[in-house]
Amino acid sequence: MVRNLRKVAIIGYGHSKFGKRTDVNFFELGWESIKEAINTAGISQEDIDFVALSNFGLWSSEPSPAASILEYAGLTPKEVIRVETACSSGSAAVKTAYMAVASGSADIALAIGIEKMHESGTSDVVELLGRIGSYFWEFENFGPTFVGYYALYANQYMHKYGAKEEDLAKIAVKNHYYGFYNPKAQFRKKITIEDVMSSPYIAWPLKLYDCSPITDGSAALILASEEVARKLTDSPVWIKAIEGATATANLAKRDNYISIPSAVIAARKAYKKAGIDPEKPYKHIDVAEVHDCFTIAEIMAYEDLGFAKRGEGFKLAREEQTYIGGLIPVNLSGGLKSKGHPIAATGVSMMVELTKQLLQKVESARQAPINNGTALAHNVGGTGHYVFVTILSLSK
Amino acid sequence: MSNNDEKSSYEGLPVSLDKKLGVPVWNDVRELKLRYRMSLGKIKKFFSALSEGKIMATKCKHCGRIYFPPQADCPYCMRSDMEWVDVPNEGVLETFTIVNIKPTTFSHYDDYVLAIARFGDGIKVLAWLRVDEKSRVRIGMRVKLTVIKRIPEGYYTFELEPID
Repeated sequence: MVRNLRKVAIIGYGHSKFGKRTDVNFFELGWESIKEAINTAGISQEDIDFVALSNFGLWSSEPSPAASILEYAGLTPKEVIRVETACSSGSAAVKTAYMAVASGSADIALAIGIEKMHESGTSDVVELLGRIGSYFWEFENFGPTFVGYYALYANQYMHKYGAKEEDLAKIAVKNHYYGFYNPKAQFRKKITIEDVMSSPYIAWPLKLYDCSPITDGSAALILASEEVARKLTDSPVWIKAIEGATATANLAKRDNYISIPSAVIAARKAYKKAGIDPEKPYKHIDVAEVHDCFTIAEIMAYEDLGFAKRGEGFKLAREEQTYIGGLIPVNLSGGLKSKGHPIAATGVSMMVELTKQLLQKVESARQAPINNGTALAHNVGGTGHYVFVTILSLSK
Repeated sequence: MSNNDEKSSYEGLPVSLDKKLGVPVWNDVRELKLRYRMSLGKIKKFFSALSEGKIMATKCKHCGRIYFPPQADCPYCMRSDMEWVDVPNEGVLETFTIVNIKPTTFSHYDDYVLAIARFGDGIKVLAWLRVDEKSRVRIGMRVKLTVIKRIPEGYYTFELEPID
């Protein structure tokens, strides 16, 4: 194990409007969040030592976007590394920037996640997402979609524990409720259980309203060493832990379809590092952003993160325990479901949201009470191929 | 400026107006067709067996681990001494879905049942499940793995099928 890593603080954050962003090009979209991050940090481009960029791409036209984004943002000739872990690429970018600062290689680092999915048509995006699973052995002959993969989880989970489609619908209703209050969200519309239940099946038993949308967006964070952070801000948010794990790419090779094993491992590692009781993490955590790419994913996250016992995650949804005032508020940004899911920007977006939650800077209708000063992000890549769990805190 | 006026101001360009936002979008002039060539040499037996109607896995002669999809190397033993074994005849359906919204390159097929079944201790398979009535598919039902000719492409692949 590496010891004597430096403490790392978030000192700036930026977030573009999420949605169908055909009004801007790829670079303009990236600049929206980079500009805000630089401004909130109170620095300029020349202060940045290192950049980590995440972009899944394929559906968008720039094949090597890192240098192009830096060029547009006035960041050339800074060092940059592009990272990719599918839908958790954003967390991978933050981890890369975190390691640069923690190791002493950089004093100030920028993490930027960007995705412009609407440069391609819907069925091609569905195809490219499906190909993430395992191209040769799963996609080539059997054409799984991402909804299809998560429907395999949903079916076994519901079969084993008696959860109903209405329980899954409760997740969508909650996340749309909070997304309504988030000006950066793609969908700002409250919905009902009936809206979800009457929407068409995409991959049975998952329906249109169980699914996160195709989204364009960018998000950015400025990270700094303790010494630099103390000079630049009186309200740093500390990265207490950012821990990852993997699971097999072939979904067939997993033991079961009721849990994402890499999420369990990543959570255990993050809780240990941050000093959080893994039996009752909700006692420590004020607010969480979890990876609700599909409603079933949020229910499994409750269990994988220890918010609920195995097989009881759907009861948290049924009893509305993840609204503000419940056991633990989850996805007050609207989640991937309502805020939108620009693949490689999502992890960074979660941490921008949690930074603002901890600093009590979000819209009042969706502000969590901040008692412990601790927040959690759970970001899944693929069907659990990659998971990162991040703990942010107001105290060092 | 009306939409028509706006559009006419890009005369002679591959520009259209986004239907929802009314903003101009450049429609790529370059279209790339991608088709990969994936090497089979070290696991060619799987494919020669497949064309003879059999589905096989690899087994590490040293530790006995079974690999499906077949692997030429056992990373746990750091060896590459494998033998070919048949996938057991009977398996159990672990989960399934019906794919209604399909990827571009699968859009010519009817809605398909995507399923995962377990065959013995070491082998799990994701494939289509061939059934006449989708409503009769149940988790826990017995299934077998069969080689079929995929239509309309006309190549051999494998599918799950209920055992009555």
